[in-house]
Amino acid sequence: MNSSPTAGSAGRFQSKSAFPYLLVFFFLLSLVLSIRVAQVDPRLLFEPAALANLGRFIRGMFPPELSRSFLSVLGPALVETIQISVIGTLLACLLAIPLGLLATSSLTWSGILHERREAKRRWLLGFFPYAVARGLLSIFRSIPEFVWAFMFVRAVGLGPFPGVLAIGVAYGGMLGKVYSEILEGVDPRPLEALRASGATTLGIVMYGLLPQALPNVISYTLYRWECAIRASAILGFVGAGGLGQQVELSMRMFQFNEVITILAVLFVVVASVDLLSGKIRARVVR
Amino acid sequence: MFELGQVRKVFSDGSVAVDEITLTVGPGEQVAFIGPSGAGKTTLFRLLNLTLRPTSGLLRLGGVEVSILSDFELRQARRRIGTIYQQHNLVGRLRVVHNVLAGNLGRWSTLKAFASLVRPQEIAMARQALGQVGIPEKLSARTDELSGGQQQRVAIARVLVQDPDVILADEPVSSVDPSLALSIVTLLRDLSRESGKTLLMNLHSVALALAHFPRIIGIRDGRVLFDLAPDKISDELLGALYAGHAEEEIQAERFNELLADSGVCRPLPK
Amino acid sequence: MDAVRRSPWPWLILTGFVLLIVWSYRGTQVDLGMLLGSEGRSQIATYVTKLFPPDLSMTMLREAGVGAVETFAISFLGSLLAVAIAFPLSVLTTRTLLYRGILHERHHLSPLSKGIRVGIYGTAKALLNLFRTIPEIVWALIFVFLVGLGPFPGVLALGFHTGGVLGKLFGEVLEDVNQRPIEALGSTGAGRLSILLYGILPQALPQFLSYSLYRWEVNIRAAAVLGFVGAGGLGQRIHVAISLFLENQLLTLILAVYVMVTLVDWLSSALRRRLI
Repeated sequence: MNSSPTAGSAGRFQSKSAFPYLLVFFFLLSLVLSIRVAQVDPRLLFEPAALANLGRFIRGMFPPELSRSFLSVLGPALVETIQISVIGTLLACLLAIPLGLLATSSLTWSGILHERREAKRRWLLGFFPYAVARGLLSIFRSIPEFVWAFMFVRAVGLGPFPGVLAIGVAYGGMLGKVYSEILEGVDPRPLEALRASGATTLGIVMYGLLPQALPNVISYTLYRWECAIRASAILGFVGAGGLGQQVELSMRMFQFNEVITILAVLFVVVASVDLLSGKIRARVVR
Repeated sequence: MFELGQVRKVFSDGSVAVDEITLTVGPGEQVAFIGPSGAGKTTLFRLLNLTLRPTSGLLRLGGVEVSILSDFELRQARRRIGTIYQQHNLVGRLRVVHNVLAGNLGRWSTLKAFASLVRPQEIAMARQALGQVGIPEKLSARTDELSGGQQQRVAIARVLVQDPDVILADEPVSSVDPSLALSIVTLLRDLSRESGKTLLMNLHSVALALAHFPRIIGIRDGRVLFDLAPDKISDELLGALYAGHAEEEIQAERFNELLADSGVCRPLPK
Repeated sequence: MDAVRRSPWPWLILTGFVLLIVWSYRGTQVDLGMLLGSEGRSQIATYVTKLFPPDLSMTMLREAGVGAVETFAISFLGSLLAVAIAFPLSVLTTRTLLYRGILHERHHLSPLSKGIRVGIYGTAKALLNLFRTIPEIVWALIFVFLVGLGPFPGVLALGFHTGGVLGKLFGEVLEDVNQRPIEALGSTGAGRLSILLYGILPQALPQFLSYSLYRWEVNIRAAAVLGFVGAGGLGQRIHVAISLFLENQLLTLILAVYVMVTLVDWLSSALRRRLI
């Protein structure tokens, strides 16, 4: 899949396909239509009202609100955001592991591990669960966590709990898909060797599959946790707890100096987690 | 040990990899399989180690017909067969000790297998096996830090730990430095002689096969061309085996020259 | 030497995470018992029955269709704007062009010149960081505040936020580019712009395209959601449906979101396969 740029372009110029032209055509078409549909009007940005608002906004941000009373409100909100991200990601993993395993064709129905199975068993016990798992993962990850969040708020009430569920489901879908991709990329030959020696399926998983897949799985999961922190912060907009609730409040009250404090806090937290997870990932992937 | 009766293997794309092979291998025998690439030797081995299922024909291991085995019995049967592949037997990221102890997976409980990953159980067994193959110092090294020849030895150590009745070696030395190939082949052969384990080996090098095995089976186009002792194999027979595969002959000849120093004599037909 | 060496780090990290999980579990009031128990299940079941069947009347389908097209347009233009913002800024954060590396080995920059260049680098990097850190939805609130409701603020919000994200990714690509062609071009006396065009970009562009297409997948999801704060598309209509407790309409809109997201995901991976 990774061909060098020169090899690719040489191929493109040699083949007389209409693809490049079609692509450019559709691109320009989409561009023109989108500009109309999205009511793009750059002039709006430069109207006096807008510029005045911009001024108000920037002036309103400084000095940032650093009073003790505000920070004491922020503290618990921040803690809640982090906690939501942790449990949400954990839930996502718990969902993603079984679904991701099922959604891996080389483990369920295709390839050397299934040579001996009769076709009927392969399709019923292998392909069918595979298809179902893929479908579920697709639904989970194609609906934004924000949408899941307000559905869960409707279903179980306000607070951090719907936030956790929303992240769990949406990120579960994303993690599951990536897990299955990692598992598909695992070298099946050591697995074949283990099976030939009479190992149980669990034995093959522990000694053949996990050692190959685990580093990438951990690395990606940590990366997703980082994204989850940002996502959890936002979910508060729909009442799912955390910093988002406070941001919405402050924006609505035009307290921009509060907003900038919250954003700064969020930045520091995400940057630290980024640093920490980066170090862990570097060690793990070795 | 093994009985094959008109075994055929046809793949889903229609290709016939094994075409009515009938042969018997007794316990404790050492047999070498030679023949051009694509002749079906690897497929035959995968049928023998129960990875693949024959399309037709009967296959018996230790007198038991293999196709009627339940999943559990199949696993038991596989425990009795130790396989060494040309490459990629082992998981690179794991330490050597874990790869070697993986030979126990057929008899350890899942809990023990898991515990061993945390803290290796029965380490002495692994140490002894590595000692037998000549690399005891590599116990705690990461497997992908070893050379190809060393990794093959780790694979052999794993088979030792597994302690099967049969050893199947599918081109174990084709990806290994030629100077090491001889030591690995003789290691396996001596192992078989001392322990009475049946040894079946696929070999690319005719010279190695003829020099070290009392029984040679030539496979061509999925069929057995001959099944003889080395001194009964004429140059014409070898020529017929490799007809149309000139490259293999040249390779085999080069190997022959390399081995000439170590006292292996039998020259190849020109 | 005989014992298998092990470092304590994996265990420390693992323990740390377990503690983090336990602490978080207590804090989020996650009551799995409630969720899986009869009360929780009946709550969810009640809600699910309210959602079905989806409202498939002509008016609703039109609304969903318009919203879907708007959302697509927002994500498309937003991604383009992001590339337009990211590209120049990322070049300005390429230290190997500005003041470091092969190109500057021979001639030494005056302290003033170097100072200015470092300043440019710093400013561009800070700007990208700022753009990245502010979540899309906050950007959307800001732009709605500035230019009013509708899909346009959504485009701007996605453009600036994603611009920051892509800018950082582009910058990494530019800095990691193979230095040899650069060195070769430099020795022919080519100016920096030519080196950029002939040496760096041909290596970097496939990766740029890949990142941009991937971000489009993220953006379609974001675009669907930004409408919640007034930035148009399906999100705006979803907000209406939720506020008015029109669950059947909500389901229709969610289905529309699913269709759009799947479409863009497919387009993105198909294009990535073809072009890279």
